[in-house]
Amino acid sequence: MIRAAVAIAAALFVLFIAVPLAALYLHLAPARFATMIASPSALAALRISLVTTCCSLTLTLLLGTPLAYVLARGRFAGRGVLDAIVDLPIVVPPAVAGLALLFVFGRAGLAAPALDALHVRLAFTTAAVVLAQLFVGAPFYVRAARAGFAAVERVYEEASATLGMGPLRTFARVTVPLALPALAGGAVLAWARALGEFGATIMFAGNLPGVTQTLPLAVYLGLESGDVDLAAALAVVLVTVALAVVAAARALERRAA
Amino acid sequence: MIELAARKQLREFALEVELRFERGVTVLAGPSGAGKSTLLRIVAGLVRPDAGRVALDGWVLHEGGLDVPAFRREVAYVFQDYALFPHLSVLDNVAFGLAARGVPRERRRATAQSWLERLGLGAFGRARPGALSGGERQRVALARALAWTPRALLLDEPFAALDETTRLRVRDEVRTTLAALDVPVVLVTHDESDVAAFAAPVVRLERGRLVERQSGSAQ
Repeated sequence: MIRAAVAIAAALFVLFIAVPLAALYLHLAPARFATMIASPSALAALRISLVTTCCSLTLTLLLGTPLAYVLARGRFAGRGVLDAIVDLPIVVPPAVAGLALLFVFGRAGLAAPALDALHVRLAFTTAAVVLAQLFVGAPFYVRAARAGFAAVERVYEEASATLGMGPLRTFARVTVPLALPALAGGAVLAWARALGEFGATIMFAGNLPGVTQTLPLAVYLGLESGDVDLAAALAVVLVTVALAVVAAARALERRAA
Repeated sequence: MIELAARKQLREFALEVELRFERGVTVLAGPSGAGKSTLLRIVAGLVRPDAGRVALDGWVLHEGGLDVPAFRREVAYVFQDYALFPHLSVLDNVAFGLAARGVPRERRRATAQSWLERLGLGAFGRARPGALSGGERQRVALARALAWTPRALLLDEPFAALDETTRLRVRDEVRTTLAALDVPVVLVTHDESDVAAFAAPVVRLERGRLVERQSGSAQ
C-alpha cells in the first residue's frame, strides 16, 4: 500500500519534469527547427551566449580558484563570513542581483565616478552580461572547488614541498590535479548557471539583440513578440545543453568519489 | 650532520630536545605519541618549533625569525603512508624532486629509471602507485626521496604500513640501501625489532624528552 503510494508520487513527479521538457522537443518539426535556429536573431543570441559564458567562466576560474583554496585551507578570522558571502548569490533572487549590480556599476552607481574617469560604460553592454553571469554563476564553482581542495590530503602537498617544489608549483602540479574532478564539475555547473542567466542580465544588461541578448533573453523576447517557434527552437538548444551538463556533472562526481 | 635544539608544545606535553644526528643511520625510537614524528617534521620544515635552532652541515635552517621553507631545505622525507602522488606514474613520482630542480625531462626520467632498477622496480615505471603492493610502494617512496641526492633523509615509520612477511624483507632491503648513503639518515620507529635490526645508533624519546642515547653495535 505504502510502496504503491510512494511509486505513484515518484512517477507523478518524474512526469511533471519530463513531460514539459519533452513538449519543447515535440513542438517543432526538425525542418522548422533548422530554419529557426539558422535565423539571424537565433544565431546572434547563440553567439552572445557563447562569448559571454566563455568570458564569465574564465573570470570565474581566475578569481574563484584562489578564493576556493583559501577557503579550504586558510585559517583566519572571518572565514565563516567570507564563506557565507560567497554562497549568497546562490539564494539572492537574480533580479535583485541585477539591481544590486546597477547600483554599483550603473550610471549613478557607486563605481560611476571611477568608471567615468576611465571612460568605461558597463551597464547595458556585453560586459554587463558577463558580470551578471559571474555574479550568479561563480558561487557554484567556488563551492565545488572549496570542497575539492579540502578533500586533497595535506600530506601530498607536504611531500611535494620536501621534494623541493615551492608553493605555487605544488599547487599547479599536485593540488589542482588531485582536485580536478571537483574543479571541472564546479566549472560545468557555473557555466550552465551562467548560460541560463536571465533575471540579473535583463536588469543590468538589458535585452539588446546582438549586444546583450543571450539565449534565455531571446526565448523570452520570442514569446513576447509572438514568435513562439523561435522561442521553442532556442529552448530546445538550452535544454539539450542542460541534459549534457547533468550527464557531465554526474560523470565527474563519480570520478571525484 | 643535523643539529637540532627545539621546543614545541604538543597537546599533552612539550617536545624538548637537543641532539645531533651524524652521517649514517640513526634510529629514533620510542612509543607512539612520544613526539618522534614532530621532531622529524621540525627538521624537514613542515612544523615550526616554538623555539630552537635547526642546522644541516652548518647551514642554519631555523633560528629565531629565520626559517628556511621545507622546499628549500634539501631534506628528503619518507612519509608513513608514503604519500606517493596518485595522479602521477611511478616514474614521474621518482623524478619529481629532479623536476623541482629543473632537471630536463629526459635526464630526470633516466635517473628515475635507474633508481627504480636499483630497487628492483624497473618494470613498474609506467604504473600508477595505486597498482603497486605495499612493499613496492615503500621502495618507490625511497627512490623518490633519494633520486635527487638530498643532504639528509628522514623516514617516518617506514615499515608500519607493511604486513609482517613483507616487513622483514623490505627492512633488509632498506637497511642495505641506507647503509650506502653518506648523509645523515634518521629513521623513526616505535618497533623494537626495527631498533635491533638496524644495529645503528639509537636515540630514544618518551613524552617529548630524550631518555636514552646509545651508539650502534655491529651485528
